[in-house]
Amino acid sequence: MTVADLPLRPREDARELLRTVDLTKHFRLGGFLSSRYLHGVDGINLSIHEDEIVALVGESGSGKSTIARLIAGVYKPTAGDILHRGQSVKGLRSRREVLEYRGRVPMVFQDPYGSLSPVYQVSHGIMRALKLHRPDLSRRGRQDEAERLLEAVGLVPARDFLGKYPYQLSGGQRQRIGFAQALACRPELILADEPVSMLDVSVRIGVLNLMATLRRRERISFLYITHDIASARYVADRLVVMYAGHVAESGPVEDVLAHPKHPYTQLLLSAVPDPRAPISLPEKTEVQEPPRVINPGEGCRFRARCPYAIEECSRVTPLLRLLRPEHEAACHVATSDMDDRHEVAKPAHI
Amino acid sequence: MIATSTRPLLQVKDLCVDYLTDRGPVRAVDRVSLEVNKGEFLGIVGESGCGKSTLLFAIARLLSAPAEISSGEVWFTGHDMVSMDEDELRHLRWRDYSVVMQSAMNALNPVMTITKQLADAVGAHQRMPPSQLRARSKELMRLVGIDPEHLHSYPHQLSGGMRQRAMIAMALALTPDLVIMDEPTSALDVVAQRSLMLKIKQLQREFGFATIFVTHDMSLVSHFSDRLAVMYAGQVVEIGPTRDVFAAPKHPYTVGLMRSFPSISGPRQPLAGIAGSPPDLGHPPSGCRFHPRCPQVFERCSKEEPDFYTREQDLVRCFLFDR
Amino acid sequence: MAVRVVTDQVSVETAVVSRRGIAGTIARGLTANRKAMAGLVLFGLFLMVAILAPVIAPYDPHALQFGQMVQPSGAHLLGTTGTGQDIFSQLVFGTRESLLIALAAGLGATVISVVVGVSAAYMGGLWDHILNLFTDVFLVLPTLPLMIIVGTYLNNRGLLVLVAVIVITGWSYGARQLRSQALSLRNREFLEAARARGERSLYIIVFEVLPNMTSLIVAIFFGAALYAVLAAAGLQFIGLGDPNSLSWGTMLYWAQANGALLAGSPVWVLAPGFCIAALGAAFALINYAFDEISNPALRPVRRRK
Repeated sequence: MTVADLPLRPREDARELLRTVDLTKHFRLGGFLSSRYLHGVDGINLSIHEDEIVALVGESGSGKSTIARLIAGVYKPTAGDILHRGQSVKGLRSRREVLEYRGRVPMVFQDPYGSLSPVYQVSHGIMRALKLHRPDLSRRGRQDEAERLLEAVGLVPARDFLGKYPYQLSGGQRQRIGFAQALACRPELILADEPVSMLDVSVRIGVLNLMATLRRRERISFLYITHDIASARYVADRLVVMYAGHVAESGPVEDVLAHPKHPYTQLLLSAVPDPRAPISLPEKTEVQEPPRVINPGEGCRFRARCPYAIEECSRVTPLLRLLRPEHEAACHVATSDMDDRHEVAKPAHI
Repeated sequence: MIATSTRPLLQVKDLCVDYLTDRGPVRAVDRVSLEVNKGEFLGIVGESGCGKSTLLFAIARLLSAPAEISSGEVWFTGHDMVSMDEDELRHLRWRDYSVVMQSAMNALNPVMTITKQLADAVGAHQRMPPSQLRARSKELMRLVGIDPEHLHSYPHQLSGGMRQRAMIAMALALTPDLVIMDEPTSALDVVAQRSLMLKIKQLQREFGFATIFVTHDMSLVSHFSDRLAVMYAGQVVEIGPTRDVFAAPKHPYTVGLMRSFPSISGPRQPLAGIAGSPPDLGHPPSGCRFHPRCPQVFERCSKEEPDFYTREQDLVRCFLFDR
Repeated sequence: MAVRVVTDQVSVETAVVSRRGIAGTIARGLTANRKAMAGLVLFGLFLMVAILAPVIAPYDPHALQFGQMVQPSGAHLLGTTGTGQDIFSQLVFGTRESLLIALAAGLGATVISVVVGVSAAYMGGLWDHILNLFTDVFLVLPTLPLMIIVGTYLNNRGLLVLVAVIVITGWSYGARQLRSQALSLRNREFLEAARARGERSLYIIVFEVLPNMTSLIVAIFFGAALYAVLAAAGLQFIGLGDPNSLSWGTMLYWAQANGALLAGSPVWVLAPGFCIAALGAAFALINYAFDEISNPALRPVRRRK
């Protein structure tokens, strides 16, 4: 990866590829007659443009994987909609339309050991994807294209790799095959669900660099889902922080890291071990964990762990507010500093 | 933090562990030597397949077939661990050293409350009246930071972080001299990880036990360990005080590893990682095991196996440092 | 960024299921296991006998010209029957029908098991409940009485009916196991990947799910074949098969009808009985290999001394 591959500011005229509108997904717990619902995500409004890598960061249970699966069509939304280039995805009926969408917005999965079928050669998924999404290609054309795809993801010599079985490849190589499968569909936006979490540390960088290269060379946007803020910073333009099914904060990645507005973001940043930072003094140990959101009421879901919580936080669910240029947070207590002078306010008096 | 007592608590000398497979023995741990002093926190870092967990299990004498210690010595408080049998080991287990595993869910009994399990663990090694056992387990829970309201919970009712804390409480039940931990935080989220690490460090200061902490996450352990050992392909390639290994990594693998961690502070810069993959332990490369991936390789590297060479306070297994 | 080609990552633990494609798995599984090899050899022996029957058997099995109840001798290796037929020739030719029944019924039962078990797992919901109920009913039906009733009720005693009866009573056991495995596979990421790239459900079941269940399916096939051998023998012995056909089971029927044991010709009973047991054992031995593949915990730890 070169300096040219580093995240850049998206073009001013970049079109919007995908937008979620109040996207909601609830899971019923128990049998048919149960009234207990697990709130996977509630009221999510996200947008992704061309030439953009958006990182969706959160701990387990925050809903980030649920969003990916909603966008990919694996889950059906309980409420809300997903717009692809302005058109509702829920309305897609014919197989051709659905296939078209699946090709434009494919997904790359987390588990390099489970994402490839062990009984077929690694080229199987790529060939199938080509067969389904590139009907214009002949058999010879598919073969050539498969080789080109393997080269594009850094698996050279491509011809050698086509015939291998998954057990013959390392974790990093298998993930690259996953990217090649996604590329086969000529995508606009790739949903990458924790693509490097299960890889060795020294291999992760290679795959992250691949994402940046694909963005620059093939002009593909990414929704990069992860729990690792450091890797999100490395590769993404915008950062969206999720907590317990809601978006807590969203904005340009450097701005969010330098000026975190939501108390959860601040907590997250303070907890990330940074090898280059000096050793910090022990702080108050924090025992609580993110809640399982079952039939929650109104109110901010972070209030139990928040050092700044006020009375309003338990009554009214905070909505995203613009606090800095292009930078929003859903918090009653955070102050706006469009003039760049203030940090997060102290608790307001009731 | 580094003890000044003369004899180290644990001494591992040229330990080798083999897995007996259909294709012959595969050496998972190759001539590893290290020492841990009283009260010291030793971090062992490496990626998958480097042998760090196998090493840990070998030291704790928890290996089962097809893995076995094929040669080498492990001396713990003057006892020769390798030659002791199960009966003799039982006297040492939990009292003098204990183990914390990676996944608490696999180690905790799902049908017993955690307090009861703790009481059982203590009671197995020390005779105490039941009321005293209960009091002790409550005390331990409090020490590791588990809320009293969770005392009578079952493991599945607790969060991941709390289960790990329960494991640590169990490991500390008899105040051992050495606690061996195999990636206890890898299943936890970042915030839970940090608070658990802080708690471990605090307990270590309070009780003075030594720790061997195995992880793949170098940045995590670097804040807490006194000394750091880096493993690759079954061998220790670098070992020294954490600050030295961190501020000035010497072995090319350590250097590469350091370059694989993106930072959230400082300028954004492209990182290279390390090209290639770890070797097949069944057919390791000739000479230095890292040479096929090393950016500073030269001719000697593929012919001879490097020994440890000293540079300041570090030991480095690399010919670059052979003066 | 160039990545070095890594040819073979050794996994120090035991081998992964289905590494080398479907045929490779089966071949590898069978040859690596001594019990399975023994079973395979035995089965191969029977197969050879069935194919080369006209060459091996010294006489026409139906020929009635020899002396009755002759003891085993040079001319008649296993003696003759009550009606003067050569037992050895009957045994050899009988191999054909017995083998055919075993394999056909085994295959039929396996196919139904797969269809019911995998559909139940994949469709889920109400269908799953219905198919499960269906399977459970057949599972608990007492097989022998059922076979007797069906066999008696259907006056046609031909081979097809025999096979059908065995299939009806034999498919449910396998369906349960297949459903379990299909369920566990359902959430594997490569299936999600297949759905995500737009594959149709039927394609996914046939080309993605089933190939990953090969070991279990083959094991169930051999189990069903084993069941078929014994069931067919049982049915034919009590007279529910076609007494005019030639198989080991019908040989037993006639031997019993003629009081062979009392008349001092135990070989007439023992020979077919032994063959039935041997073929069954062959299938059981072959199945050891597949048990061990699907359940690594059963693998023996091989120590090099």
